[in-house]
Order: sequence, then structure tokens, then C-alpha cells
Amino acid sequence: MAAETTAAVELRGLTKQFGSVLANAGVNLRVESGTIHGVIGENGAGKSTAMKMLYGIFPPDAGEILVHGRKCAWTSPADAIAAGIGMVHQHFMLAGPYSALDNILLGDEPVRWGVIDRKGARMRLEALSRQYGLPVDLNQPVEQLPVGVQQRVEILKLLYRDAKILILDEPTAVLTPQETNILFQHLKKLRDEGKTIILITHKLKEVMSVTDRVTVLRAGKVTGELPTVQTSPQELANLMVGRKVVLSIEVPPARPRDETALEVAGLSLGGVAGGRHKLSDVNFSVKRGEIVGIAGVEGNGQSELLQAILHPHEPRCRTSGRVSILGEDVTSWPAAKIRDLGVAVIPEDRQREGLLLARPVSENFLLGLQRSPAFSRAGFLLTTKLQAAAAPAIQEYDVRPRELTIPAGKLSGGNQQKLIVAREFQRRPRLLIAAQPTRGVDVGAIEFIHTRIVHARDDGAGVLLVSFELDEILTLSDRILVMYEGRIVAEFRRGEVSERELGLKMAGS
Amino acid sequence: MRKLLQPILAVVVGLALGLSFTWFAGESPWHILRILGKSAFGSGYDLGMTLFYSTPLIFTGLSVAVPFQAGLFNIGAEGQLTLGALAAAAVGALWPALPWPLAPLLAGLAAFLAGTIWGVIPGWLRAKRGSHEVINTIMLNFIAAGIASYVTLYLLKNPDTQNPETRPIGAGFLIHQFAMFGGAPLSTALPLAMFVAGLVWIVLWRTVVGFEMRAVGQNETAARAAGIDAGRIRILAMALAGGLAGLVGVGEVLGNAGKFRLGFSPEYGFMGIAVALLGRNQPAGVVAAALLFGALHKGTADLDLETEHVTREVSLILQALIILSVSAEGLWSWMKRRGES
Amino acid sequence: MTAQLLASTLRVSTPLIFAALGGMFAERSGVINIALEGMMLIGAFGAAVGTLVGHSPWFGSACGMAAGLALAAIYGLFVIRLRANQIVAGTAINMLAMGLTPFLCKILYDVTGSTPAIPIGERFQSAPLYLSWALVVVCFLWMKYTPTGLWVSFAGEHPEALDTAGVRVNRVRWIAVLVSGALAGMGGATLSICLSSSFSRNMTAGRGFMALAALIFGKWKPLPTALACLLFGFADAVQIRLQGVPVWGDKPIPVQFIQILPYVVTVLVLAGFVGRSRPPKAIGTPFEKA
Repeated sequence: MAAETTAAVELRGLTKQFGSVLANAGVNLRVESGTIHGVIGENGAGKSTAMKMLYGIFPPDAGEILVHGRKCAWTSPADAIAAGIGMVHQHFMLAGPYSALDNILLGDEPVRWGVIDRKGARMRLEALSRQYGLPVDLNQPVEQLPVGVQQRVEILKLLYRDAKILILDEPTAVLTPQETNILFQHLKKLRDEGKTIILITHKLKEVMSVTDRVTVLRAGKVTGELPTVQTSPQELANLMVGRKVVLSIEVPPARPRDETALEVAGLSLGGVAGGRHKLSDVNFSVKRGEIVGIAGVEGNGQSELLQAILHPHEPRCRTSGRVSILGEDVTSWPAAKIRDLGVAVIPEDRQREGLLLARPVSENFLLGLQRSPAFSRAGFLLTTKLQAAAAPAIQEYDVRPRELTIPAGKLSGGNQQKLIVAREFQRRPRLLIAAQPTRGVDVGAIEFIHTRIVHARDDGAGVLLVSFELDEILTLSDRILVMYEGRIVAEFRRGEVSERELGLKMAGS
Repeated sequence: MRKLLQPILAVVVGLALGLSFTWFAGESPWHILRILGKSAFGSGYDLGMTLFYSTPLIFTGLSVAVPFQAGLFNIGAEGQLTLGALAAAAVGALWPALPWPLAPLLAGLAAFLAGTIWGVIPGWLRAKRGSHEVINTIMLNFIAAGIASYVTLYLLKNPDTQNPETRPIGAGFLIHQFAMFGGAPLSTALPLAMFVAGLVWIVLWRTVVGFEMRAVGQNETAARAAGIDAGRIRILAMALAGGLAGLVGVGEVLGNAGKFRLGFSPEYGFMGIAVALLGRNQPAGVVAAALLFGALHKGTADLDLETEHVTREVSLILQALIILSVSAEGLWSWMKRRGES
Repeated sequence: MTAQLLASTLRVSTPLIFAALGGMFAERSGVINIALEGMMLIGAFGAAVGTLVGHSPWFGSACGMAAGLALAAIYGLFVIRLRANQIVAGTAINMLAMGLTPFLCKILYDVTGSTPAIPIGERFQSAPLYLSWALVVVCFLWMKYTPTGLWVSFAGEHPEALDTAGVRVNRVRWIAVLVSGALAGMGGATLSICLSSSFSRNMTAGRGFMALAALIFGKWKPLPTALACLLFGFADAVQIRLQGVPVWGDKPIPVQFIQILPYVVTVLVLAGFVGRSRPPKAIGTPFEKA
């Protein structure tokens, strides 16, 4: 072998600007052939941006991309695919109603007499799936496959195209710990068969367990590149954040009151006429002054549970069961009346469910409070009162910039979330429902939001926390419920359970 | 600044493109533009007619703008105004002896209510059955035309004429016509329309219901999560829209014809779409755009007489081009980027 | 009488089938096509003019399709390239067609109402009927068995998936919209040079929207959509048939009530069934690279 081997991928000084945000500022990255290379960094560190340029989704403003030593100037993913690069995106690029087979063939269909040769393709794919140990039912519509299998479909898609270099963007976000282990075994097998794998993630443990080398990004720049065996999670965390980080806040023990904030009994959704149960017979309660965390992998009924609690009177949200809040049976109440009991909600998807992105901060502050006597009288809005209340609130909750007139869509993710917290806490919550409260927000905002949630608890609110982040659940929850396939399958008290055990329960075993 | 500039540019682009079409008819666009200007503003009568046409356009423009703010597209103003006018005429024909001012008040209310009913139907269908309001409102336009034709020809036929119109309304129903416009049938319906535009502004921007309408229009999921009953709000927006369109009947029946004439509307409902879009779905913008389109309508009305080959349908072409120029989101952001770099 | 009604149903459904299949391509690719009405109208006009000029319905229908295609190109420019709101732009395109047809008619024939009559020998008899059903089969096979059919489906269902698979989404949408315009134009041609003897003002009378309703009712699939067109065609045929016929007692039903029948049926059908029909996921959203 020559002294200077050519890398499978080399990025030199890659730079990309979006509007006023410098997403990549001279990123250098070298990935050796036949290795698993981790790329880690916080949300917005520029990992995805760099990989999207490598995959030809958009061109770099400056810098160059070399694949197997050859300089490349992609104009579209088609060029990257032709050069043997494949990518599994964080949000799967699969169309639900169509078969796994069609999803894999798309864009590279074998054609015979003008029609797609599905038979020939199926034989080739079955051979591939045997070779790499990736079993998939090719005829099923993708939406009917479990997420782990959908991911296999994505990987098969790359293998079908003869990809030599596989990029996986946050592949474990939707997987249970057990499914993650299976995925990692697949990845090691792929590496041993000669593929090069780039793994994008923000989870340190994953990097430590599966990669050969790792590159750390922060704010669009590379802050370190090391062999995995020579580093530690703490070192990587410091490189990611740029200062010593306290990995979790201190939570004082809870003093639950003898008052029930929320109680659900026999809550079910679906299961009518042989349909699948989305929720089945969910029972639990939350006392005032405690935080109850719902752990589980995405798609196991968490969203449905929240909808059933907040919109119990809508048939599409609940088929049977009862919901009581603060001692009132609210099962037949409209949503607005329930919220007026003092129920604050941090929604799962802040942009879709929590904000009017095109409207000013002040109107977003009003959303949901418009009928409260503080801000309206006889059907008319009290605009001066609104301004007078909103200005100090965004100060207190540290929403930046401190302007009421800019559209909410212009705020960063963390500030949008703080705006929602500011608004919801106006209700003096006695029940707080917090779903993914820190998803996609920066470290500073995470600490802030966690502290506020704990304060709300100590002020006497019952808190229902739903999160896919085990760390968040373990840090904040006084009690932990595990949700799997629409049921509560386990309950633990704080400190009673290890992450491993929780993972097993989340996987249904 | 851009808020104002964009519609003005859109009008200029639309007019320029539309008028250049008249080259194909062998006319000079400049000549056509002069005819348009002269017949829209050339005399007191012309100005009166321009304002007369603007009046229904304010109503239909608002009728499109209100649901638009709530995320709905009302193409049904034509049907709503047809039934509104019919209802006003029916009240006036059935109880001709009613005295002023009770008579016009009742007739106006009837117009509003008839329009409301015709607006509630697609609103309800959208909220409860999930069927799209665009197709439903269009279908309801045809159905309204059928109903109006039946009522006019069978139930309330004017026995004194061959024209397809209803019996005249009682004298107590007629509203004041302004005298200074050389006989143009411009009535107090115009100030009423402007007043109503002001009310709509208050509803949209100063009331809880208006806020909820705008919230539903901006982001239905977020509005629902905030406890707003989106279905109810949508029905309400369409009810208001229908009522606003129905008020066209006030100017036409009580202020102009004194009866319902089949086919009186030169597609005021469709023009309302252009008016609302150009007016950025804001009441003040709607009033301004209605004045412009009123002038356009009056101007083009004389083209049949004044030119050899250009017809009044040029008005539709101009409206279409103006809507297209307003709607081209990408064009404006492209121009903005160019302006910044 | 039944046979007559059946024959009449098949005939009046034909323009709907062409237009609905056209609408299917646009909508399956992710572009709402409210402009179907305008494309039909201009197609009807183009076909009438073409037939009067070329003395052949084939030449005429080619002109009709070309006219529909041209209008679709303008629509595509605005909704694909310039990312205009598809319902707004579609409405404007309809107005453009409503204005352009009498405007051009006046220039060409010095009347705004309608084109001169086309001699019966130069009109289509039943060719469009057979053609439309052949097309239903072709579209079915196309969507199911060809790569381009798959691309159209993915452009409407998950455009990012198509893009990352290396196919240009907006190119697929452009082609789908143009095909849509040509087919709607053919639907219009059927109206003016097959079902009647000339083009007349606004002769589509909402049929473009009915085609759209049929498409929704037919869940955006060729065969069910064609069957939905038959249903609306049946309502139309009954309407034509009932005019002046005494139904109960000796009085005929007022003609107005009969005429609104197809429109009422459309509203009822949409209200009853559309809830269960699932549109392409990305319909109405312009595609832009992340």
C-alpha cells in the first residue's frame, strides 16, 4: 500500500451560508475507506448541512468535495448517487402508501418493454437482503412496516444503487435501544463487506460504541477529529459544547400533594371493527406537585394520548375511557373549557401546534388566552392590556429579541419554545402537559426550560412530561411510565430504574 | 412600504400586459387606455357609474377577504349575492306597503340572511363533511342561478314586461340616490359599503372572534391546540362572507333597479376575488381595489361601442393578469433578493 | 328509453373523463388543478376554430389540446416556477380563459357569443367516446407500470423522496401539468366539436369543476374516476331527458330544478364520500429544495 492512501471522502474548507446564518464555516473532514466514521455535534452545528452538500442536495458556497480522491461538483443527488454515495435521511424518504419495492426502485427502475421490471428487481433485492442480513417484506406498503424495518428499506435502497459510501443522519432517533443495537450490528457487517459509513448523531454513547473515528462539529466548524478508542464521552461533550457541561440539572425531591391533577381511566382509541388499537386501556394519574414522565419510542401512542387528554370529546381522539382533571370529569368538555381549568400545554411540535409563525410575537402570546377576561371584554380584544402583559413576560422568560412586533417564525427554535412557555405559564398552571419540551433547542434553553418545569411542579402543578429523550425523562421525572404499542407497560419511581431496563421495557419486553 | 408597492406594481404589470393584448385586435393600447380613462372618469355621470360599480365590489371583495383570513376560499359570492338580491326584491314585492325606513331595513336584513344561508352551506360542508369549499361554492353558484331563475319566472314574475325580472318593490323600499352624478344610480349603498368595510376591520382586528378566524387561517392545528373550535369559526366566517355578498342586493334592488333582474350581475362575485387579492384581504385595501376595478369595469363597458374589435371581456383578462401578478410569490421574493444584492 | 339514456350518459360523460384524467396527472403530481375549467374552455374554443380552419375534427382537437397546453404552461409558470398559491392562480387562469375566448372570438368572427356553426360532416361522432375509454385504460397502465407513472405519484406523495432519488420533482410536475392541460383541452374539444356544433361563451358551465369532483370522488385513480364521471354524466343526461317531460300530474318539473341536478349531485357526492378519500400528501405545496 502507498504511504498516502486516498480517503473515501474528503471535504476541504466546505462553507455554506443560509441568509444570515453561517451553517458551515470551512469544514474539513476525512473519512477512510471501509470505516465507520461518526460526525457529532449539537442541533444546528452544521452536521446535516455538510452531509447534504456531500450528497448534492445543495452546492457549497466555497470549498471542495473529493470522493475517492476525485474532485466532485454535484448539481443534484443524482450525481452523488452515480458516484456511489447514498444517504438515509433522518426523516425517511419513503412514501407510505406505496410498496417497499416501489420505494426502493424509485429513480432507478429496471425497465423491460417500457414497463418496470418488478420481478427482476425483486429477485436482486432478495439476494441483497440475504447477503447483508436485512429482511424486509417488499410487497407491503411502507406505512404498514415498523420503523426499524422502514430503516432497513432505506438501507436496501442504497445497496440497490450500489452505494459504496453510506451516510446515516440521526438513524437512531426513532429506534428503541434494542433496535439500535440491531442497526449497529448491520452497520458493522456492512463495514466488514467493504462499505464506508458516515454516522451523523448527537448521541455520545452511539459514537463510542460503533464508530472507528469521530469528527466533532460546533457552530459550523470542526473542533476535533479523533480515533474513537482514544477519546471519552466527556471529552467529546466538551468539544461539542465548547465549555465544561453539566449534563443534567439538580432536581430536588418532589412533595406531591394529596390532590389529583390528572386522571385517565380506560382510555382507548381505535380497535373498532377489527382496527388496530392506537391506545388501549390506559390508566394512570398525576398528583399535583409531581412530575410524571412518559417514556417510549416515538409512535407508540404518546401523541394519541395527549390528543385524547386535551380533546376527549372528539370521537377521532378517543373511542372509550374517561379523563378527569383537577377533580372534574372533563370527558365531554370542549378543549377551551379544559384549558381554562388551568391546563398549560407545551406541544410536541411547536411550529405546527404552538405558533402562528407569520404573526407577531404579541399575537402568539395571545393565542389561547384571547377569551380570558385579562385580555378581552364583551368579545373585544384589550390590545393595550395585551402589550402591557406580554412585554414583561418575554423579559421574564428571556425571549430574544425582546420585541413584540417581529413574526414568531423569525425567532430561533429555543426562543420560540420560551415564548410558548411564557404564554402557557400565564395560565398559572395546575396541570402542565409538556411534550418534547426541549426538542431541537440549544443547551442554554434546555436548562432554562427544565428549571421552569421543576419550578412549576414546586408551585403545585401536576406535570405530565412526554419525551423521547431518556436522559430528560430520567432527570426530571418523579415517576416514570413506559408506553409501548398504546399501553402503559411499566411504572417506576425516581432512581428505581436503569437506562438499560427502561430501554427493554420501551421495546416491549 | 413593500405592502403598498407590490399591489401597485401588480396593477401596472397586469394592465400593461392586458392592454398589449389589444394589439392583436388591431388597436393601439394607448388608445384603449385613453378610452378607459375617459369612460371611467370623463364626466360626473361616468364617475357616478364607476362608483356605482365599485359598491357591489366592496361587498364581494370583503366576502372573499373574510374567509381568506380564516383560510377559506369563497368563490361563491356570485351565488350569495344572487340570492341576497332576490330576497330583498321578494320582501319588497310581497309587502310593497311597508313604510320607510322599516322597509329598506327589512329588505337589507333579508338580503344579508339569504346570503348567510348560502355561505353557511359550504362552510358547514367543509367543517363537518370535509368537502372542499372551492368546488362546493362553485356548484352552489349554479344552483343559486337556477333558484333565482325559477323564483323570477314562476313565482314573482313581473306581468308588465317580457324581461326576466320580478314585480317592482314598494316605494317605501327605495333608498336615497345622489343627485350630483348626472343620473347615475349611485345610492347610499356606497357609504353603507364603506361603513361595513370599517365594521369588518373591527371584527377582524379588534374582536376575539376575528382573532380566532385569523388564527385558524394562519395555522389550524395551532388554533385547535389552543382550544379554538376551527369548524365553528369556519362556518362563522362563511356565514359572514355570504351575508356580505348578500348586501350587494341593497345597492342593486333598493338603490337602482327597484326589482330583481335575472343576470344583473356582471360576475361581481368573481371580480370580488380579484378585489380581495389585490387589496391583500384587508378592508381598506378592498375598498381601494374595488374603486380601481369599478373604474376598470366602467371603462371597459364602453369598449364595445368605441372600438371595432375590442370587447368588454378585456376586463376579465386584465383582472386575471392582475391576480396572477399579485399571486406570484416567487417573483416578488426574487425581485426582493435582486434588490438586496 | 333506457338505452337512449345510457347512450346519452356515455356521450355527456366523455368531456368529463378527458378533463378528469388530465386533472389526475396534475393532482397526483402534487399540483391542485382548479384551472381545469379554463383549460377546457380554451380547448373548446381552440378546437372549434381549428375545425373551422382545417375542416377536420382531428386537426381541430389537436388545436384544442394545444390551446389547453398553452394555458397549462402559463399555469405551470406561476404555480411551479413562481410558487403562486395554486387555488388563486387557478382561479385567475379560469378568468383569463373566460375573457380570452370571447375576446378572440370577436377578433376572428366579429361576434362575442359563439363561433360559426361547424358542418356536421366535420364534427366528431363517437370517436372521442372510444378514445376517452381507451385513455382510461392507458392512464391506469401508465400510472401502475411505468417509471414515469411512479415518479408522478411520488412527486405528489413525497417529493423529497423523489428528489433524493435523483429525479427532478419540478420537471415531473411540469410535464404532469402540461399533460393535464392537453387532456382538459381535449375534453373541451369534445364539448364544442362533438356534443355541440360550435363554441359558445362559457360553454363548459362548471364541467371542469365537476371533473375535479369526480377525481376526488374517484380517489385520484383512473378507473374509479371514470366511473364517477359516468355518475355526473348520468345526472346530466337525466337532466336533458327530463326537460319538458311531465313527471307527476300533468305539469312538467320546472326546467330550472332539472338543470341544477348535476350540481346538486356533485355537492351531495362530495359531502358523502370525500371524507374517506385521501389526497396526495404534498398536494398544493410548491416544491423547494431544503
